[in-house]
Amino acid sequence: MGNQTITPGPVPAAATYKRSGKSRIEPTLFHTFNTVFMILLVVVTLYPFLNTIVVSFNAGNDTIRGGLYLWPRQFTLQNYKAVFASGTIYDAFLISVARTVLSTVLNIFLTTMLAYTLSRREYVFRKPITLIFVLTMYFNAGLIPGYFLMKDLHLINTFWVYVLPSMISAFNMIVIRTYIGTIPESLVESAKIDGAGEFKIFWRIIFPLCKPVLATIALFVAVGAWNSWFDAFLFTSSRQELSTLQYELMKLLSSSMNANSNPAVANGAGMTQDAAVSMVTPLSIRAAVTIVASVPILLVYPFMQKYFVVGLNVGSVKE
Amino acid sequence: MMEETLTKKPVVRKPKKGKRQPMTWSLIKNQRQLIWMSVPLLAYIILFSYVPIWGWTMAFQDYKPALDFADQKWVGFKHFKFLFLDDNFLRVLRNTLAMSVINLVLGFVTAIVLALLLNEIKKVFWKRTVQTISYLPHFLSWVIVTGIVATTLASDGIVNDVLMKLHLIKEPILWLSEGHYFWGVVGASHVWKEVGWNTIIYLAAMSSIDPALYEAAEIDGASRYKKMFHVTLPGIKPTIVILLIMSIGHILEAGFEVQYLLGNGLVVDWAETIDIFVLKYGIAQGNYSLATAGGIFKTVVSVTMLLIANWIAKRLGEERLL
Repeated sequence: MGNQTITPGPVPAAATYKRSGKSRIEPTLFHTFNTVFMILLVVVTLYPFLNTIVVSFNAGNDTIRGGLYLWPRQFTLQNYKAVFASGTIYDAFLISVARTVLSTVLNIFLTTMLAYTLSRREYVFRKPITLIFVLTMYFNAGLIPGYFLMKDLHLINTFWVYVLPSMISAFNMIVIRTYIGTIPESLVESAKIDGAGEFKIFWRIIFPLCKPVLATIALFVAVGAWNSWFDAFLFTSSRQELSTLQYELMKLLSSSMNANSNPAVANGAGMTQDAAVSMVTPLSIRAAVTIVASVPILLVYPFMQKYFVVGLNVGSVKE
Repeated sequence: MMEETLTKKPVVRKPKKGKRQPMTWSLIKNQRQLIWMSVPLLAYIILFSYVPIWGWTMAFQDYKPALDFADQKWVGFKHFKFLFLDDNFLRVLRNTLAMSVINLVLGFVTAIVLALLLNEIKKVFWKRTVQTISYLPHFLSWVIVTGIVATTLASDGIVNDVLMKLHLIKEPILWLSEGHYFWGVVGASHVWKEVGWNTIIYLAAMSSIDPALYEAAEIDGASRYKKMFHVTLPGIKPTIVILLIMSIGHILEAGFEVQYLLGNGLVVDWAETIDIFVLKYGIAQGNYSLATAGGIFKTVVSVTMLLIANWIAKRLGEERLL
C-alpha cells in the first residue's frame, strides 16, 4: 500500500491521475456488480417460494401443463379449500399450533428461571448445575437410547413426547444467563431488602427485563417446534390424530417423490377425492400445505430481525 | 465465566465436601428457594440427557427387548468390529464425511463472501431488505426446503428450464436420480437455506471493526478491494477461526433430514449418513445393538474432535471453547 502513495520518478502527475481515475471508476463498477449480485440473490431466494405460492393458487390440472412461473394462469382457492376440508391436515395444523405454543411457553419460563438461579453468584450449586447443563451441549446419547427412554417413560404415542424432551436448552440458558449478568445487581439486592422471595424477584423483576433476549429465543424455540417432523415420524406415527403439519407435509412430499409406490399415490389421491374437486392434484395440495406451514413464521421473523444479533452474538462469545 | 466452570472441573465440587460442611448446610437452608427453582430442572436434565447413556450398554450386548438386563448376552466389541468390517457402514461413513466437509467449506466461503459484499452496501434500506429476504429460507423447515429443491430440480423444473434456454444442456438433467450429483445438491441446498443467516455473525464482527482503520487505509490510498482484504477480512478473522474450530466437533454431523428427505432408491449409495444408518438398523430392522454402536461411534468421534479443537484453540491463543 505504501509504495502506491509514494510514486517516485519523473511522472508523478500521471501516477496521481491514474490513481484518482481508478477510484472514480472502481466504485461504480463495483456497485453495479454488487447490485446485480444482490438482485440475483434475492431472485434465487424468493423465486422458488413465490412459484410455490403461484402453484398453490392455480388449478391443479392446469399446473401439470407446466410453464407456470410468477402468475397463476387459472386462479383458484380450491387447493386451500381442499386442504382445510381434509380433516387430517386441519387436525395436524391444530396439533402443530398446540405443541408450538406449549413448548415455547414452557421452554421460555423454565430456561429463564434456571438461568436466573445460575446467575446468582452466591448460589451454592451454581457451578455443578451449570456444568451438568453445559455438558449436554456436547454429547448426545443417540437415537436408539433416546427412543427407549421415551418408551420406558410411556411417552410414545402421546402428545407429551413433542413437549417434554425439549423443555430446556443449555445453549439458550447460557444466552439468557449472560443477559441477566448485564442487569444491575442492585435491583435484586433492593428487592431482597424489601423482603421479596427469590421466585418473586425472578418473575417480577428479572423476567420482564429480559424481554429483548427472550423475544429472540422464543422465536427460535417456536420455529424449532413448528418445523420438526421427526418426532412425529418416530414416536407418534401410529396415531394419526397426533400427526403434525410438517409430518403431513413430509408424507405428501415422499409420496410425490416416489410417485410409483402405490400407498403413497393412494394417499395423495385420497385427499383429492375427499375434496371432490378434480382440479386439485397432489402437487397443488402440497404447494398449499407448504404455504400454510410457512406463513405463520414468515409473518413474525422480519420484526425480530434487530434482535437476532443479540441472541447469536452473546451465545458465541460466552463471556 | 463458563471457561472457569468447565476447565476447573475438579475444583467445582469442593465446597460441598470437606471441612466447611456446616456453613454449606446453613447456606443450603438460606438458599432453599433457589434450590427449589433449579434442582427439579437438574433432575429433569439428568433424566432426559444422562440416563439414556445407560442405553449404551446395548452396543456391548446382543440386545433383545424381551429379556431383562441381567439376562442379556454380553458380546464385548463384536458390533463395533462388525461395523468397521461392514462395507455398508464404511460407505455411510464416507458419505457423512464427504457431505459434512462439502457443507463446511461451501458454508464458510459463501457466508464470508456474502457478508463482505453486504458490508459494502451503503444504502441502509436496500441492505436491510436483502438481509431480511436472505434470512427467509433459514426459517423454513427441511421438509419445505427439500420440497422446494425437488420442484426446482425436477426434469421440468426451473433449473433445467433455464439451462435449456441458455443452450447449456440439450436434455434435462435428472439431478435427484444421479448419485454423483447428490452431494452437490445437498451442499447447494444448505447454502440456499443458511447462507443469509450465517452472515449475521460476520456482519456483527465487521460492525465492531474500528472505523479509524478504514480512514487510515483511505489516507494511504487503499482501494475498496484493498480495504476489504487488508482491513475487513483480518477484522473478522478471529470470528472465522472460532467458528471453524467449533465446526470441527460437527464433522460427523452431515445432517439427517435433508439426506433422508431428498434421498431415494437411486441415490442411496451416496445419500445415506450415519444417522440414517442408525435409524434403518435400529428402528426399522430392530437391530438395536448395531445401531447403538454406530451412534456411540459418532458421539465419541464428535467429543474427541471437540477436545482436539479446544486444544488447538488454546495453542492459537484464541478464546477456549470449553
